[in-house]
Amino acid sequence: MAAAVPSASRTTVELALRGQRSDVRGRIFAGALLLTLLLSLLVLLVVLGTVINTAWPVLSSRGLGFLNGNLSSFEDRAGVRQGLIGSLVLISFVAVIAVPLGIAAAVYLQEYARDTPLNRILITNIRNLAGVPSIVYGILGVVVFAQTLRSVTGGLSYISGGLTLAVLVMPFMIIITMEALRAVPRGIREAAYGVGATRWEVVRSHVLPYAAPGVFTGAILALARAFGETAPLLLVGAITGYLTPGGSGNVIETLQGRYTALPMIIYNWARQPGEGWRHLTAAAVVALLAVILVVNLVAILLRNRYERKW
Amino acid sequence: MTTFATGDGGEVLVSLQGNPRRRRKEKAIKGLLVGAAAVSILISVGIVLALLFRALNFLSDVELSSLWSGIWRPRQRQFDLVSLVMGSFVVTTIAMLVATPLGLGAAVYLSEYARPRARRTLKPILETLAGIPSVVIGFFALAVINPVVVQGAFGATNTFTMMAAGIGVGILTIPLVASVAEDAMYAVPGALREAAYGIGARRRTVAARVVFPAAISGIVAALILGVSRALGETMVVAIAAGATGNASRTLNPLEPNQTLTAAIASLAIGSDQVKTVGSGLNAFEVLYLLGLILFVSTLLLNLISERFVRRVRRDY
Repeated sequence: MAAAVPSASRTTVELALRGQRSDVRGRIFAGALLLTLLLSLLVLLVVLGTVINTAWPVLSSRGLGFLNGNLSSFEDRAGVRQGLIGSLVLISFVAVIAVPLGIAAAVYLQEYARDTPLNRILITNIRNLAGVPSIVYGILGVVVFAQTLRSVTGGLSYISGGLTLAVLVMPFMIIITMEALRAVPRGIREAAYGVGATRWEVVRSHVLPYAAPGVFTGAILALARAFGETAPLLLVGAITGYLTPGGSGNVIETLQGRYTALPMIIYNWARQPGEGWRHLTAAAVVALLAVILVVNLVAILLRNRYERKW
Repeated sequence: MTTFATGDGGEVLVSLQGNPRRRRKEKAIKGLLVGAAAVSILISVGIVLALLFRALNFLSDVELSSLWSGIWRPRQRQFDLVSLVMGSFVVTTIAMLVATPLGLGAAVYLSEYARPRARRTLKPILETLAGIPSVVIGFFALAVINPVVVQGAFGATNTFTMMAAGIGVGILTIPLVASVAEDAMYAVPGALREAAYGIGARRRTVAARVVFPAAISGIVAALILGVSRALGETMVVAIAAGATGNASRTLNPLEPNQTLTAAIASLAIGSDQVKTVGSGLNAFEVLYLLGLILFVSTLLLNLISERFVRRVRRDY
């Protein structure tokens, strides 16, 4: 293109097409929007950065000793071993109770239930349960599990804590599973019905396998959520001070006994005055975040990979 | 199924009626699934009954004037609810001042500006932020936000402030606001956008004057859900604003105070000490009343926001 020839009219036309001025305000607007998103990223980075930085003295000087230590009122001896074990026991309740129950409920609501008023109430109810503050679940846990069912659960115990977390996470699990089931194309169901499969056979061998990555992601996120949940455990008796290490060999007795959890330890240490405790708290936060972020990342990657398939 | 394959007429009829064992299994499984769904009803009933009975129990024991005593000191049996409501109000307001611009900005960018590939990398960031436990943000609020932001920029002198807690709660609320608002804007039909572009609108005009108003119900829903989430957040406030266990009627964000949630937490932790004080009345029991107030208010907010979300779905 010979740029020299009708340059005046050409630029006029280009300008008219683009708008009289170049769109400065539009650029600023887009930039501001991007900035809001990047600020969220920045917060994430600052949280991680400061936590790791604060935790460094403990992590570098004690390393594995910190992971192995028991609860203690001495800064140089306190560790998170009991919290890690406690949290793992608690989320295994979630894995065993909330995940299968949540999947089953979601299958019913998404695959079986017709659009009746009753079922609509059921779904609204689940959505609302997902929005109930977690500390309210703690109250439920105290009243129902720790007091009313005391003979079974042993009061403020692993069982009460685990059941409370399971109940807390179940609505979340149902909602995520329903979304995964909804994403399975109709044609797959109809093909199965077409060759004479019953409803359950359709679900079992067609819908669930296709929805499995989504459901699996949901289950991982649910467990991660339970792992970091603190407020209900304040009520259902997680111990913050001193917990006798070890315990009896009897599984049931252990499960009916007192417990602690990693986020509880963080809460307790965060309230102690002094630099030493601050470093310790940060180290415990690193341990908690390491688990949760890795697990979240795996879940998100898994889902992204799966999303491309449809 | 095998009978079906061998295929003379009689067998087909039999197979269409279904194998009785297969039908029985089908019924049993459906029963199990219904049972699982019914557990959710059980949970709701459990929550309502537990809160209601215990709260009424407390109300019948307590002198009602102590619920209006001007200060929250449960150990001295002064249960001033106004103090806690004011604390919740301040923290929630600050949280929404943080979460509204950041959450909505991120939502508009993701829905209207980001290319698919950028969207795929940027969205997980928000989701990761959503996965951070509140106890971690509580520690962050106490250890970083308060000394650096609140004391540094606002000249506060307290170690515990409602402002630090509010900012922390706001950070936790961003992902929720962003994702609900983004869903709403993403659901606005492309034809509306194209019509606007067709008459020469710029991207900013389309985003701000077409998509945003079209998705307004969903955006309102996102903000209401954000308020509900902020109101129910416990750990950040318990760590960063209300370590003393007492509360007063103050709206000054540079002071420490309790919210409804943090008061429950501190009653639960200090339950042993609280129990020993007072004759007959167990001060610990007030937490059931607080739980009931919290439950009812978040429930109302959630129902309202659900109504708004449904309006988006109906419109498009």
